Amino acid sequence: MKVTHTWLAEFVPGLLDHPVGGDPDALGDVMSAIGLCCEEVVKVGAGLDGIAVAEVLELAPHPNADKIQLVQVRVDPDGEPLQVCCGAFNMSVGDKVPLATIGTTMPNGMEIARRKLRGEWSNGMLCAAEEMGVAEMGVGDDHAGILILDPSLALGTPIKEALGIEVDAVFDLDLTPNRPDALSIIGVARDVAAKLGLEFVLPAIDVSTSGAPAGDLASVRIDDPDLCGRFTVRVLSGVTIGSSPSWMQQRLTHCGMRPINSVVDISNYVMLEYGQPNHTYDLATVPNGALAVRRAKPGEDLVTLDGQTRTLEERDGVIVNGADQPIGIAGVMGGQSTEISDATESVLLELAWWDPASISYTSKRLGLRSEASSRYEKGADPEIAGRAAWRLAQLLVEQGATLHPGEIVAEGNVPASITVDVRTARVNALLATRLTTDEIRGYLEPIGFACAATSDVDVLAVTIPSWRPDSTAEIDIVEEVARLHGYERLGKTVPKSATGGGLTARQLDIRRLRSFLTSVGASEAMPMSFLAPGDLEASGVRADGVTVANPLVAEESVLRTSLLSGLVKTLGYNAAHRNLGLSLFEVGHCFAQAPDGAVPLEWEEVAVVLGGRDVVAAVELSLRLTTLIGIDDVTIRNEPVGGLHPGRSAIVAAGGVAIGVVGEIDPEVCRRRGVAERVGYLSFVLGGDEAWHGDAGLLSVPRSDGVYRPISRFPSSDVDLAFVVDDSIGADELAAVLRSAGGELVTDVELFDVFRGDSVGEGRRSLAYRLRIQAPDRTLTDTELGSVRDSLVTAAGSVGGTLRA
Amino acid sequence: MAGMLDPALTTIASSAVTDGLAAIDAASTLEALRSVDAELLGKAAPLSQLKASMRDVAPEQRKALGQAINEARTRLELAIADRHAELEAIARREQLAAEQLDLSEVIADRRVGHHHLITQTREMLEDAFVGLGFTVAEGPEVETDWYNFEALNMPAGHSARSMWDTLYLDAGEPETVLLRTHTSPVQVRTMMRQEPPIYIVAPGRSFRSDTADATHLPVFHQIEGLVVDKGITFADLAGTIEAFVKVLYGDDRTTRLRPSYFPFTEPSAEFDMTTATGEWVELGGCGMVNPNVLAHCGLDPEEWSGFAFGFGIERMAMQRHGLDDIREFVTNDIRFLSQF
Repeated sequence: MKVTHTWLAEFVPGLLDHPVGGDPDALGDVMSAIGLCCEEVVKVGAGLDGIAVAEVLELAPHPNADKIQLVQVRVDPDGEPLQVCCGAFNMSVGDKVPLATIGTTMPNGMEIARRKLRGEWSNGMLCAAEEMGVAEMGVGDDHAGILILDPSLALGTPIKEALGIEVDAVFDLDLTPNRPDALSIIGVARDVAAKLGLEFVLPAIDVSTSGAPAGDLASVRIDDPDLCGRFTVRVLSGVTIGSSPSWMQQRLTHCGMRPINSVVDISNYVMLEYGQPNHTYDLATVPNGALAVRRAKPGEDLVTLDGQTRTLEERDGVIVNGADQPIGIAGVMGGQSTEISDATESVLLELAWWDPASISYTSKRLGLRSEASSRYEKGADPEIAGRAAWRLAQLLVEQGATLHPGEIVAEGNVPASITVDVRTARVNALLATRLTTDEIRGYLEPIGFACAATSDVDVLAVTIPSWRPDSTAEIDIVEEVARLHGYERLGKTVPKSATGGGLTARQLDIRRLRSFLTSVGASEAMPMSFLAPGDLEASGVRADGVTVANPLVAEESVLRTSLLSGLVKTLGYNAAHRNLGLSLFEVGHCFAQAPDGAVPLEWEEVAVVLGGRDVVAAVELSLRLTTLIGIDDVTIRNEPVGGLHPGRSAIVAAGGVAIGVVGEIDPEVCRRRGVAERVGYLSFVLGGDEAWHGDAGLLSVPRSDGVYRPISRFPSSDVDLAFVVDDSIGADELAAVLRSAGGELVTDVELFDVFRGDSVGEGRRSLAYRLRIQAPDRTLTDTELGSVRDSLVTAAGSVGGTLRA
Repeated sequence: MAGMLDPALTTIASSAVTDGLAAIDAASTLEALRSVDAELLGKAAPLSQLKASMRDVAPEQRKALGQAINEARTRLELAIADRHAELEAIARREQLAAEQLDLSEVIADRRVGHHHLITQTREMLEDAFVGLGFTVAEGPEVETDWYNFEALNMPAGHSARSMWDTLYLDAGEPETVLLRTHTSPVQVRTMMRQEPPIYIVAPGRSFRSDTADATHLPVFHQIEGLVVDKGITFADLAGTIEAFVKVLYGDDRTTRLRPSYFPFTEPSAEFDMTTATGEWVELGGCGMVNPNVLAHCGLDPEEWSGFAFGFGIERMAMQRHGLDDIREFVTNDIRFLSQF
């Protein structure tokens, strides 16, 4: 929303003379301080003081330059002609033109001095509209050169006067959606006046009426009182379409609206001034001037002002004529059939209050957002229509129209007026202030919140004004008090936290994971959570990804079910920039469709890609990582895993429960992303205690209880045993068998050699383990050691392992 | 001449010493010294022979001869020990010299991984708030309409919903399941789970239907703070914001609050901080928790009050590190990641 300084001053009479209110920059700061965030202040009409009307007396070529001519002008009727060098050739002898005299500072800061151009003196500058900063106000139609002025203007007339330029300042406000009232000059003026302690005045509007009573010419009926709270109609005749006055065009232009013609401009002007959108019908096109409001019937259509045919739905509001035919979409756009034209003689003015939700729905559905619909959907003031109608009539009458007596008003349901109790103690408790009840009243009444005493002297009954639909409760009033008292006057204290700060064990674990992974050379990547359709399938990972219903682009329409795709993509991106052999990791959320189709499954994962390294590095890293977290009982179970090399992939389990996967990424998946090297991969579900943390994971595995266990003081013995077993028996599986067979006497089982070769036979290999044998309470005898060894060999035999000679 | 030693025997002993010392001196390696040791002190050595011949010596001379042999042996043993130490020192010197390396020519893998700049910034913020007595809360990125909007005082059709361009998911009824547009649902979850006092910050990913450009990403990170306790005031909010800005940036910085609007806080504000050169920069939004939000979460607004604040982690990282394009954060170019 843009507002201008002079326009505000029409409602705040003391504004321009106020030390703060009269200074545009200071006033902009005041607006920001009361929540009407002022992003920019633009001063208009500045820098025109030294420019005056001059007459062209003589034109002559410049002796030394083709693109400059010498112009003799007279600005002072009694003075001597002045020579000016000018680069434009669009004027003729006798034309009136703007002359920037010596000493003028132009709007762009350029200073006009007497100077020589190619040997000829120039005593000023003839000006184009752009150079005076007036082109954007609609002055000067062509860009052909010097602005040619009205020939009747007297010599020496200041250009501001000659062009009717109002010196003004334009404030560009970035308003929050709770303040529909500030989408109007009066709304901003009311707040500004209250903050500055100035009076806010709505001037009296006095318009004479004549002709037939409006009630004889038009009628209105509301069929859906929830759709339309109030519908006000006035009738004018003798309306002619011309151009609006210059001052109005300038203000409209400042506020970002293009002047069109007198009727449209007046409609927009009143909408900006009062925040009340309005619509004009050509009375001749509305049989008997009969209007009615109802919901649309499915399939109904009409051609709107922009020439488009709009098909309507039941939730849309429509204005229909006496024959029940739609002639406008309520609050959104009028119909073409009743549009005013050069032939228009009489008009119907519509000023209505529409249900915000209905307007919001229809304007969104049709993609039609206008100044009017945005005001209606945020909530216009239901009580302002009558006054705005008078103002419209006043301006049209000034243009020669006649106002018919009488106002036609149909009533629907408007929001009820709300009165809330405001406790002074509550205000002070929330704001840490020591305001008195009178001070609170002093902040509220100037902005239209009427305060009445209650039986409790420190409780006010505050009636919320009709233009503040955002306010409904005591807390809303507290905010008004804070705003007008000034946020900068409220204190700064630090609450004493009764809780100790800190990170949870899970959060600390995730930090340890990150630090560990960076210390082994992996960098953290954070790709977006979105993938393109087909990415999941192309990566071989679970394909039941959740799709975005309203994606901006297809490439960002599927939620990842695994971190694999994003990390391989990232390796591909870096490979394309000749950065290979990268290790990357990510800690992030993954998602999949819920079995019941409702809220998707969500869990957190950590994943690592090891570019240029194979499965061995990945297994090693996954075991170091589980050791870091403090999980002892980890097994690697060979199993094909989606997205990984089927012969080089495994499930990582703790206590028999799967918590992650490890392997090498399927070379085909890498190839599709432009990754030519081998890529080791590991990922773990993190798990945790909250529902959305997903199933079992790395951080939810029970760990050592942290209770001290005495270290055996008795000697240990190491026994090396190599078994030949079938490839189908995993090395971890055999280790588990040995561990369980050894019982408490076997304190450690470590695989230290794997051998394949002719001597062990096809499809088999030799696995050599070093077993540490130790008792907590005695030195083991040779006989005892022998029997442990025998039981280990027997156990290996149970899974087909034979002791290698 | 009883007790006098036969001069011939004495000569044997003394020449054994003289020859022995020469041989020890001549031994130039530890190995050679070991053979010399065997030669001089072994069974076949002259002194050993001499000792063996003692029984042939007259009994009255035996004592003197024994003494002479022992003295000779001791001299040789000492000489061998000295020479051994000397040769060991030489060998060590030679080994060290042979093993000398130019350490600057080592071909080293000097790669160390880097935490993503977002993580670094997030952890810095978490640590600052932990120091102020806050804990860190987290929540899911997929939310329901209720947590993201309704509980935050934005019932269906509320005009303020348009402040967030929401990405909805194909799950459940249309427009009921979404990617959270802010971290504020974590406030709701925390208040529903935990009795006050509550002092939390909630960092995390948020999503908006924004086209990526230099200042926008559809996926970004926020950090949200929430305090609910007895007697919490607007001044506590302003003071907490000032406190964490000073922790992060130094005591010379200051902050201010400007009125604004968020449906879940009231009064609401934007907050700004001063830069090193004293200009104001906008940091985020904040306000007193709206009583409706407290009530939605089962807390009595007459008993408890609170404040909340939030801001973008990317934006803060960009300010601190002079970045001008937010898209760097999601490209994950190693040349970017390894800069920080």
